[in-house]
Amino acid sequence: MDAATTTRPEVTLTGAKILAAIKDAGVKFILAVPDIVTSKGLLFPIAADKDLKLVRVCKEDECVGIAAGLTYSDTRALILIQYTGFLDSLNAIRAVAVEYKQPICMMVGLLGHEPERQPKESGRYGVRIIEPICDAMGIEHHLVSEDADVAKIKPAIDKAYTQSSPVAMLIGRRPS
Amino acid sequence: MMKRDEALRALARRITPRDIVLSAYSTAFDWFEIAPRALNYFANGAMGLGSSHALGLALGHPDRRVILLDGDGSLLMNLGTLVTIGAAAPKNLVHFVARNGVYEANGSHPLPQKDVDFTGLAQAAGYAHCAEFRTLSAFDAGLDGLLAQSGPVFCTLHWEKGALSPVFDYRKLDDPKLRADFRAALRP
Amino acid sequence: MMKRHECFAALNRHIGDAVVVAAYSSALEWNDLFPRALNFFANGAMGLGSSHALGLALGHPDRRVVVLDGDGSLLMNLGSLVTIAAAAPKNLVHFVCDNECYEANGGHPIPNPKVDFSGLARSAGYRHVHDFSDIRSFEQQVGHVLSQEGPVFGTLHIEKARPLVYKYNDLYKTSRRVALKAALQKGA
Repeated sequence: MDAATTTRPEVTLTGAKILAAIKDAGVKFILAVPDIVTSKGLLFPIAADKDLKLVRVCKEDECVGIAAGLTYSDTRALILIQYTGFLDSLNAIRAVAVEYKQPICMMVGLLGHEPERQPKESGRYGVRIIEPICDAMGIEHHLVSEDADVAKIKPAIDKAYTQSSPVAMLIGRRPS
Repeated sequence: MMKRDEALRALARRITPRDIVLSAYSTAFDWFEIAPRALNYFANGAMGLGSSHALGLALGHPDRRVILLDGDGSLLMNLGTLVTIGAAAPKNLVHFVARNGVYEANGSHPLPQKDVDFTGLAQAAGYAHCAEFRTLSAFDAGLDGLLAQSGPVFCTLHWEKGALSPVFDYRKLDDPKLRADFRAALRP
Repeated sequence: MMKRHECFAALNRHIGDAVVVAAYSSALEWNDLFPRALNFFANGAMGLGSSHALGLALGHPDRRVVVLDGDGSLLMNLGSLVTIAAAAPKNLVHFVCDNECYEANGGHPIPNPKVDFSGLARSAGYRHVHDFSDIRSFEQQVGHVLSQEGPVFGTLHIEKARPLVYKYNDLYKTSRRVALKAALQKGA
């Protein structure tokens, strides 16, 4: 095999590893609107997981309010939505997460994103604007596209709760 | 139609120190005057989100009663909340909706549809128990029975502004100190 | 429970020159079976089909507009039931294809699978409300339903019976919107 045809190692993002990191971070409630990106790798396993309480929600901005209500208990919550729902919820995020400085943790599926690219270079307009919007709003964000990125999840959630600030974890590839 | 402040006083007589009470806009200002309490919650942030906050509080504190004083305009902005709450089915949530037919906080413009049957909506969405009161005497007579039901409970109240004239100073309600006091008061 | 494609076939026999607005699985199946210039699929955001339909109905009061909404979609824009009831377009017929799940998003159940969509529409103020679980009954009544003065609502309790290919680019392309506009202006 010559240099021109070396194969790249296959990049994976393992749903079970993400789920383990979420539980490791002490999350008990998942507030979800189904997203095809994370449907198979995360939402189905979450629905079957006895350690997690799934609250199925009609509309993503409700998740922001529910999560805020939950911050007044000792239980941690994670919102699981698609980037479209994130965009739809911006006013709720603006007021409740940012201006009220609350630990609203969001796991956001980047539907249609090409995993090898950076979101800002995605062919999808809606994906391209996510990180600039988070930056404009002062929301910390992390890209989770491969198994090595899963290590970002627990520290991100811990920091959100310690500092009482929101965080968005962008899922750049369909987890297995 | 009953007067808002009279209805709120009737409710305040039944509230215990452990109850969490959420409200917004005109109701919030009246409640702030009538029943100042550490476990009052006003920080909904965005219009319509009160019911979602209430659900989160109810799920996080199943041992406490959570009473939500929602507005009709607010609820219409987040109508899916009825189905989300119907599905999550928290036994400790009581969801009041105040019908005055207008967006009082936004210039008193009429709602899109003045004949909405909020009680019917809640029933169709899956609330465990639904009721409706138009007069103060009926409300006062039925309130104890209502609060004894296993939730989620929904109740439409027909009321109009009463003797209190709320001044809409939102800085009072958005005060972070209120949220901090609320959090402290929740510690067992 | 009815098979969705059989419902659509019954509907098509009476559809005439109505505009049909559809979302997700309903859009894919309707387009597959009955491609027409007067079909509209470009809702943009999930849940916005009913809102687009209202705009189409208000803009062309002389033409019937029929919505094939999804249950998950409608739950995302439940307030549209009140908006539509308030605007009271006589030419709007709003069906929801209720299979109790987000078919296009992995098949997850909707928050309250037993939610009563017809009850919601009735409470919101739709003029006529129907509920169909039996195909013979729907076949017999669909012509009448389409001729009623709107806004009309109908829950169709359906199951998927034909495999669908989930490719949306073709449905959303600009040329379809151009063709619809031309067909409407021509008075097709």
